[in-house]
Amino acid sequence: MKFRAKIIDVGCLNHFTRVVNTISKLTKTCILRLTPNNLYFVLSGKVASGGVGMWCELSQANFFDEYQLEGVAPDANEICLEVTPENLSRALRTSQNAKCVKIKLTKKHCPCLTLVAELPTLSSVSRVVTHDIPVDVIPRRLWHDFKEPRMPDFDVSIYLPPLKTMKNVVDRMKNLSNFLVMEANLNGEMNLKIETDLVSVTTHFKDLGNPPWGDDGSQGRSRSRDPEVMAHTRVDIRKLQQFLMGQQVNPSKAMCNIVHKRIIHLILLHEDVSLQYFIPAVA
Amino acid sequence: MPLSTQSQTEGDNYVLVASLDNVRNLSNILKAITFKDHAIFNATPNGLKVTVEDSKCLQANAFIQAEIFQEFTIKEDSVGFQVNLTVLLDCLTIFGGSTVPGVATALRMCYNGYGYPLTLFLEEGGVVTVCKINTQEPEEPIDFEFCSTDVTNKVILQSESLKEAFSELDMTSEVLQITMSPSQPYFRLSTFGNSGNAHYDYPKDSDIMELFQCTKTQTNRYKMSLLKPSTKALALSCKVSVRTDSRGFLSLQYLVRNDDGQICFVEYYCCPDEEVEEE
Repeated sequence: MKFRAKIIDVGCLNHFTRVVNTISKLTKTCILRLTPNNLYFVLSGKVASGGVGMWCELSQANFFDEYQLEGVAPDANEICLEVTPENLSRALRTSQNAKCVKIKLTKKHCPCLTLVAELPTLSSVSRVVTHDIPVDVIPRRLWHDFKEPRMPDFDVSIYLPPLKTMKNVVDRMKNLSNFLVMEANLNGEMNLKIETDLVSVTTHFKDLGNPPWGDDGSQGRSRSRDPEVMAHTRVDIRKLQQFLMGQQVNPSKAMCNIVHKRIIHLILLHEDVSLQYFIPAVA
Repeated sequence: MPLSTQSQTEGDNYVLVASLDNVRNLSNILKAITFKDHAIFNATPNGLKVTVEDSKCLQANAFIQAEIFQEFTIKEDSVGFQVNLTVLLDCLTIFGGSTVPGVATALRMCYNGYGYPLTLFLEEGGVVTVCKINTQEPEEPIDFEFCSTDVTNKVILQSESLKEAFSELDMTSEVLQITMSPSQPYFRLSTFGNSGNAHYDYPKDSDIMELFQCTKTQTNRYKMSLLKPSTKALALSCKVSVRTDSRGFLSLQYLVRNDDGQICFVEYYCCPDEEVEEE
């Protein structure tokens, strides 16, 4: 198993750092899948993560100047690691001015992702900072847990309102209730609702637009759907808040698929990064 | 009946409707008296009075005159109810607490009378939030029987320097002692904490003293824990009047200018601490 990669462009480095920062705000630990073309940060949606699933996909060529991977076996040319993204984030933060950042898989007292940053100095000699980030190697027999999630058979798909507005509203709602209902229809309307013995609050978003998904099974179901009817799902408000807290950059596209009473599937697309986040319904 | 299924026609049955183009003109002043969960609202054609009390020894009132509102319609002489103030504030600030220049949240507050929730419509940038907050029967606010004819000592100060003093007050002191006198030290704030005793003196002819009317020397102590919330009102204010009566009851009145420069008042009444020192 071998992995070495290098970033020399400052813009790429900043962008990669922002992505890792976002991931570190979403989860304490996750899986990092390294394949010849892509990197993936994955949460499998199991009980351990509170049922929340995450799939963040980066195209390696958009970030790394050099990228060499030798997977666990010729027919399984990938590496699967369990990482604590905050550690990677911290290491990247100290490397922001680096002329060059190398990341490689090493074996110190345990397997590590080693980050080596060459920092500029006033003299001609560079200062080198090395971070050893401990990781766990995930054996191949467990890889099936971390496959790309299928697009759920959603009832409604809708573009999200500005994330900042959503975040402000959800932050306040969290003071009032532990659970939130998100509902949306094919008329571009979305409501966020909380209701307790003391108070009920509903925020109405209009004219959001609905993404025109292609001619597949889900769209077939949606096509015959009354555009006024809302699909709704009730979730733990902290999970939605956590998703909104993590967003550092305005995505080029942000949308949400709702499977009535089952799941909220959030999708953020940036130029070279896509992030999917699954929040399960609570009773 | 769940709040969310009440019909739209109740909009015709309101006893109180108040609208603001900028909700901060209400939320900021309410923040200055939020030290307990419950607040008593009393609306009259003159405007809104919101009262918060603590252990029958402290009362804070915020006054927002009808003229501050873009619309203030009341169908009865007096409309009263009680709500959870922290819930109300979370609703008023639903779009976030900070200001973005040029963006204001508009508010329309409606109340249909006894047994109905307080309904808020908040709008910012085309997004509308509707809140329905349960109300209770209002308690009768305590009458501290503080009347201006019984005032022994009164000063009006510019808030700036009092803000400094209050931010430095020794919080390990259980009491804040206020001395007012026609002679030295004129107006003194004292604390007795773990690090020792501290005194803040404001002479009667100092620049910040706008009015000085002290008729007799009085020293009174007030529980620090009761007065601490008043610092929020002080922070918002530009002027404060400090008055004591013959019983040693304290009245603090704060002149607050809102975002649009309009004036509102906040007042605090506090009972003196009964445990007087032996010296």
